[in-house]
Amino acid sequence: MRVWDIVVVGGGPAGLCAAIEAAKNGARVLLIDENSRPGGQLFKQIHKFFGSAEHKAGVRGLEIGLQLLKETKELGMDVWLNSKVCGIYDDNVLWVVKDERKSFQVKGAAVILCTGAVENSISFEGWTLPGVMGAGAAQTMINVNRVLPGRKVLMVGSGNVGVIVSYQLLQAGAEVAAIVEAAPRLGAYGVHTAKVRRAGVPFYVSHTIVRAEGDGKVERAIIARVDERFKPVDGSEIAINVDTICLATGLTPLAELAWIAGCKFVFNRVLGGHVPWHDRYMATSKKGIYIAGDITGIEEASTAMEEGRLAGVSAAAAIGLIDTERLEKIAGEIWERLDALRCGPFGENRKIAKQQVMAGGDEQ
Amino acid sequence: MKGLKIDGAPSIDELRGTPGYPGIERARKRSIAFIECIEEIPCNPCETACLRGAIKVGRPITNLPQLDEDKCTGCALCVAACPGLAIYVKTYDYREGMSLIKFPYEYLPLPEEGREVELADRYGNTLCKGKVIKVDVSAKNNRTAIVWAEYPQEYFEDVVTMIRL
Repeated sequence: MRVWDIVVVGGGPAGLCAAIEAAKNGARVLLIDENSRPGGQLFKQIHKFFGSAEHKAGVRGLEIGLQLLKETKELGMDVWLNSKVCGIYDDNVLWVVKDERKSFQVKGAAVILCTGAVENSISFEGWTLPGVMGAGAAQTMINVNRVLPGRKVLMVGSGNVGVIVSYQLLQAGAEVAAIVEAAPRLGAYGVHTAKVRRAGVPFYVSHTIVRAEGDGKVERAIIARVDERFKPVDGSEIAINVDTICLATGLTPLAELAWIAGCKFVFNRVLGGHVPWHDRYMATSKKGIYIAGDITGIEEASTAMEEGRLAGVSAAAAIGLIDTERLEKIAGEIWERLDALRCGPFGENRKIAKQQVMAGGDEQ
Repeated sequence: MKGLKIDGAPSIDELRGTPGYPGIERARKRSIAFIECIEEIPCNPCETACLRGAIKVGRPITNLPQLDEDKCTGCALCVAACPGLAIYVKTYDYREGMSLIKFPYEYLPLPEEGREVELADRYGNTLCKGKVIKVDVSAKNNRTAIVWAEYPQEYFEDVVTMIRL
């Protein structure tokens, strides 16, 4: 068994920032990622980020990814790619399967779980037809693999993911026939919806998909208006000819490792379901296990990076590399930036939800 | 139209009530930024980009951007800086009977200078023909092209983009 000061699981925005902060403060770091390249979802984000200059606003996500990879190289940490963490035992021992054939045990004096999230699906008649996919999958196809999933797309869900991916599908050369939203109001930032609307994409609020039709593949989507209880209204069906149906119906934190480790969990709907409890230093209830990013609740890359930094310095402090005074100073600065991102009509809910998680109780 | 959260695009009434949307009278005389940002989101690159201090967001960064109409020269630095692609620079009296818009554009192919294009409103409806005057792809824009197009003054407020090629 090999031992590091800090082992980071997941090399997305949170994990990269956690690893970088830990290494900067003198920790010997192992970063593990199941993909062939670290960066998580950052390399799919070809749009300019929101926030302020200190959050790298105006910079495209993929450029932030490249910059973080450069920093990890310069700091000289160990990076294991194509490696899955399949188990976690007492004393922060991880079972890692590398390249789907080699099995290792590694141990970190501290472990930081940055495992991200998984897309939610909704089921409807015909949803197993080829051509129905997660919006994230479509985004991977166009922005990473440069393959169009289809020519004409229906997007289900008007949150930021659904609307940003719709915009990027247009940029990639597809047609977006419509975006449907079950709620009576659109979810995404208005500047995102305005971008696709002026490109001619219609929105259908209070509508849902009821059926996908086609001979062996998606050829049509049937949508319908919903009532106040989100039940489709008879006779309100509209058929839209599409070859692709993308589902952007939310995300759920990927927290299995924290469950296995025995971390205390709390339920919070705003944050996407069950999330590990953590304190203001991103420490879980299990000694030596820290979390950051979407595993702590669904937010954005900008907040994930800040949480990652916080977890990185906290873990470094826990193993004696940073004194308490310095930790407090850095943590205070990071919380200021997190609070700046979690305000306004879109952020306030998440700020309250985070406070509920840290207070330790399930939501009422 | 029912507004931003139903249609996806802000209505003129919604825009006119915000501090980033200049009075039309002001825009008649000179080139000026139209900031179509009506929701309090945590974002301020427009403020950082403006060299003249004409855009103020301040703290908290969810404040709506406020345009100082006297300081804005319509330089368009904010147009590519806005991650939401929500700022246009417009000149009412560009030349006789014609206005000018500088809008952000992130689709390929880009139009050629001098080409006639169809200009559209906030809902993607074609309103009129316009002529591309310039396509600014300078490095400072970080791959957001800024297209300059002239078009008939009667469509001054409604034109925001062009139909994709």
